[in-house]
Amino acid sequence: MGISPVLWQFLVKWLHSSALFPAEASTIAPYTDALYFFLISISLIGLVFVTILILYFSLRYRRDKNPVATQVEGSTILEATWTIIPLALFLVVFVWGGLLYFRIYDPPPNAMNIYVVGKQWMWKAEHPGGQHEINALHVPIGQPVQLTMISQDVFHSFSIPDFRVKREVIPGRYSTVWFQATDPGTYHIFCTQYCGTLHSGMIGEVTAMTPADYKKWLDQSNSGMSLAQNGERLFASMGCNACHSGNAAARGPNLAGVYGSKLTLTDGSQVLVNDAYLRDAILNPSQHVTAGFAPIMPTYQGQISEDGLIDLVEYIKQLQSNYRIQQTFVTAGSNQASPTTPAVGTNQDSVKP
Amino acid sequence: MDNTVATEHPHTHETAVHAEHAHVSLPQHRHHFETVEQQREAGSFGMWLFLLTEIMFFGGLFFAYLLYRNWYYDAFFTASNQLSVPLGAVNTVFLITSGFFMALAVWAAEVRKKDTLVWTLILTTVFGCAFLGIKYVEYHEKWEKHHIPGAHFDISEFVNPAAHGIKEKPLAPDMAERTQVFFFLYFAMTGMHALHMIIGVGLLFWLIWRARRGDFSAGYVAPIENFGLYWHFVDIVWLFLFPLLYLINRHPLH
Amino acid sequence: MSSTATIVSLPDQATARLPKRSYLNNEQGLLSWLLTGDHKRIAILYLISITFFFFIGGAFAGLIRLELLTPQPDLVAADTYNKFFTMHGIIMVFLFLVPSVPATIGNFLIPIMVGAKDLAFPKINLLSWYLYVVGGIMVLAALVLGGVDTGWTFTTPLSTHYLNTHVITAALAIFVAGFSSIFTGLNFIVTIHRMRCPGMTWFRLPLFVWSNYAASLLMVLGTPVLAITLVLVLLERVFGIGVFDPTKGGDPLLFQHLFWFYSHPAVYIMILPGMGVISETISTFSRKRVFGYTAVAFSSVAIALFGFFVWAHHMFIMGVSNYSALVFSLLTMLVAVPSAIKVFNWAFTLQKGSITFETPMLYSFGFLGLFTIGGLTGVFLGSLGMDIHLTETYFIVAHFHFVMVGGMLMAFLAGVHFWWPKMTGRMYPESLSKLAAVTTFIGFILTFMPQFILGYLGMPRRYHAYPPEYQVLNVLSTAGATVLGVGYMLPLLYLGWSLKYGAIAGDNPWQATGLEWQIQSPPLTENFIETPIMDHEAYDYEWLEQKKKNEVTTVG
Repeated sequence: MGISPVLWQFLVKWLHSSALFPAEASTIAPYTDALYFFLISISLIGLVFVTILILYFSLRYRRDKNPVATQVEGSTILEATWTIIPLALFLVVFVWGGLLYFRIYDPPPNAMNIYVVGKQWMWKAEHPGGQHEINALHVPIGQPVQLTMISQDVFHSFSIPDFRVKREVIPGRYSTVWFQATDPGTYHIFCTQYCGTLHSGMIGEVTAMTPADYKKWLDQSNSGMSLAQNGERLFASMGCNACHSGNAAARGPNLAGVYGSKLTLTDGSQVLVNDAYLRDAILNPSQHVTAGFAPIMPTYQGQISEDGLIDLVEYIKQLQSNYRIQQTFVTAGSNQASPTTPAVGTNQDSVKP
Repeated sequence: MDNTVATEHPHTHETAVHAEHAHVSLPQHRHHFETVEQQREAGSFGMWLFLLTEIMFFGGLFFAYLLYRNWYYDAFFTASNQLSVPLGAVNTVFLITSGFFMALAVWAAEVRKKDTLVWTLILTTVFGCAFLGIKYVEYHEKWEKHHIPGAHFDISEFVNPAAHGIKEKPLAPDMAERTQVFFFLYFAMTGMHALHMIIGVGLLFWLIWRARRGDFSAGYVAPIENFGLYWHFVDIVWLFLFPLLYLINRHPLH
Repeated sequence: MSSTATIVSLPDQATARLPKRSYLNNEQGLLSWLLTGDHKRIAILYLISITFFFFIGGAFAGLIRLELLTPQPDLVAADTYNKFFTMHGIIMVFLFLVPSVPATIGNFLIPIMVGAKDLAFPKINLLSWYLYVVGGIMVLAALVLGGVDTGWTFTTPLSTHYLNTHVITAALAIFVAGFSSIFTGLNFIVTIHRMRCPGMTWFRLPLFVWSNYAASLLMVLGTPVLAITLVLVLLERVFGIGVFDPTKGGDPLLFQHLFWFYSHPAVYIMILPGMGVISETISTFSRKRVFGYTAVAFSSVAIALFGFFVWAHHMFIMGVSNYSALVFSLLTMLVAVPSAIKVFNWAFTLQKGSITFETPMLYSFGFLGLFTIGGLTGVFLGSLGMDIHLTETYFIVAHFHFVMVGGMLMAFLAGVHFWWPKMTGRMYPESLSKLAAVTTFIGFILTFMPQFILGYLGMPRRYHAYPPEYQVLNVLSTAGATVLGVGYMLPLLYLGWSLKYGAIAGDNPWQATGLEWQIQSPPLTENFIETPIMDHEAYDYEWLEQKKKNEVTTVG
């Protein structure tokens, strides 16, 4: 940026203290604000330019001063000028905005994952360690956090204005957003997609804390089993291990290490096994049959809640590899399988389906 | 105050028009049109534009079909096998025949043969109604088999075809549920099409009544022409619906 | 500015009379109005109906702003508030903005501007009005029966499975009103193609006709998609089908794509006719041909064309793939350019002109400023990364109100004030109308500028209650809304007054070019006694000078 960082900080803090500007509380916020100030600048310049033109012409050529109009057909040069210059500016804005978009929606590979389930009219956040929060989210600063979100009913939208992030929370599929908080404090969470009666009540607070405080909070609020442990329980109680037992002659593929790998399906296509795939495979198994297996898996649509699905996904994620829990994937840009970390004493290749 | 921009016609409007355009003056000439030709062209253009809006209207359904057939191909082709190709083919023939008679009707109007016009219109209607009759039969069959989407939809035939005597691969239950999407699109698309046919048949009755009075055999053919356009459009929509809905994955030597 | 500088040229009021025979008194009786085929009468019928609905929609706006004076949800219950903004949106979009200029001013003027006696299909024109009225009555029915709270966007699955208000009535109402729009557009296209008088080539048409033509293309091609989308929503709601329901294999995003495929072109339907009005007023009050006529004409069509390919910019955060988001963002930038071209062309029309500041011109200036701001903020939203922070907040609300209200509504008022003397034969009191214009402008800025700031702060749309730190800006906004309301009531009063007591306007009070100004005010039912022959370009002020010189104004 061409502005001195000191001036920038001053500008932003002054604006924020006057309640006219949100706090910059994440790593991405300055980038968003930079684009915003650029847009405001070119808009102001454009507006002022047009206003001056209009005011000047109106006064200079008002009827008293210029009783007879001179007919002018046009000017190709002028047309070209005011086509090309706006177009060029808009294209700059397009490129800049596109780059920012990819930054916001493509998480870094070491982000920690927190699940968020939206339902009318509350947010449920689920940390992998089993900590559950309602309308609240505790996150450490200095650590990329990815939110994997889904709605239990209608469209919602999870927004943290001070972090400059927002993503639609949709029924039927996961959506993700990531951020890295920079300043300890509490910030607004809003639902920004109209979702019915208490849409304006679906608000909460994200609390960014230092890593030490965060660890303390985690320990304090641990109320029982982690998500994966819950998932393990569900895996047994719903009968999954009857077929996915891990034996060689099992009716279903072994799920150890499957998360993050590339799977070949019966129709020959290759898929990357991520959260969305696992969830979809549980709900619509006939479209996700691994090569070499029969399409006999029943569907669990209607029998399991989104929370339960998250538990199962978490469980499957950490089968055979602790490293993988910490992983997040470049969501749209890549469909490469994640690199594996061979666990001590285990031959990864032999357990891949 | 002067009410014209510039006037170069020393004659009155009527005589000027007659002198310049050798055309027939019809009693149906609406006077906001300069000439009957202009009226006819405007009417035709208007009907083409209207048909364009109909394409956009059906387009939404075709788009939904495109999406879901792509996602649930197995369900779609299994469900499609439940539709009767013979009945669909007969319907196609009926519609094409109906269209043929409509084209004849347009010709008859142009050459002013009133009787031909009337009986071709009647035949158009007859084949149109035959189409609707068969559609009713098909819908009724779906009703009996509980294949109408909604609370009473029954997927047992898809999950266990052998038990119902059907030579078909069984579908997994979740994919079998997706056949409901196929049937929904089937009813929505053919239903919308049938609605347009019913409106068309209604218009045909009106046209037949007017044709018998001689309204269209004295040079005023626009309603017949424009209705012909509409009828052919409805025909063409069916020509897309039939292969898309009935003929998914059918092998001639099956 | 000298306040005596004006181009208004009224006939001598001592001897002037309204013309003995005009479309207004040609036939008498209520039925002659309700069964008319005359495009001018239909335009007046539309004017009355849309004004009626405008004030109902405006009342809802007032209630919304009233509630938002305080951060707590203390005025009405949450469901009621949701109904307020839904009804406000539905009425303003479908029953006011979409038909505003085309169905009133367009209906009245397009046949005259092309030199025809009526639109191509007068009966369909009347049908169009009846469909509008039926749609409007159904919306009122939904309101009276308890209201609907889906938001004007009918987002599924909320509207299909999670609400038990009168969604079906409202959706059917819009379905019917949509056909009104389609038939109006169809009529315009056929008329413009087929009924231009001799000598009226495409490039001699007034730019108002070009803009309405472009908008008509959008109406005709886009609205049917909305119709089928609403049908699908209805079927899903009534029969429980899973078209958009993920638990039944449907896709809620399919609804979004189908809905926005119409609703984006819809915003261009709403703005293009207004742009057409501005071309006419700026030309007249500068006494100059619009600068770059061809560029302005083509840019209207370009906006219509590009407008079809940007719909997913309403869905950037909904999970569309990053790459498709890029494509739509790029196209959004492209669609912004023709609007910029127009603004510059209008500005340069002023250069070397001879400018006066009558009310239509004031509204036009207001349009230029406010539409520029609104359009530029559209570029903010088209920029992907920026949109993530700004979407679904008050920034969006501010953006579209700037273009729709600051833009389109100002243009509509400019048009009404410009052609009022032609439609009624009467002139309105200039000082009051200027006051109204200025009041509206000030009220508008006070209402909606704070909302940009609220949006960047993060205040979401459709919120009944909000965090207390947002209150000051909300109070400013509500204060502005009060001023704005006054500004909109005034025209109702003085325009109504002018019908009985206004000065007789004569044929051409603004000394404008254009076929409509060469005939009597109000016009005859058949518009022209003899078919006009167009032998000069549009906005030909030299031709007008010649004509005035050759005109006989006294007898004997």
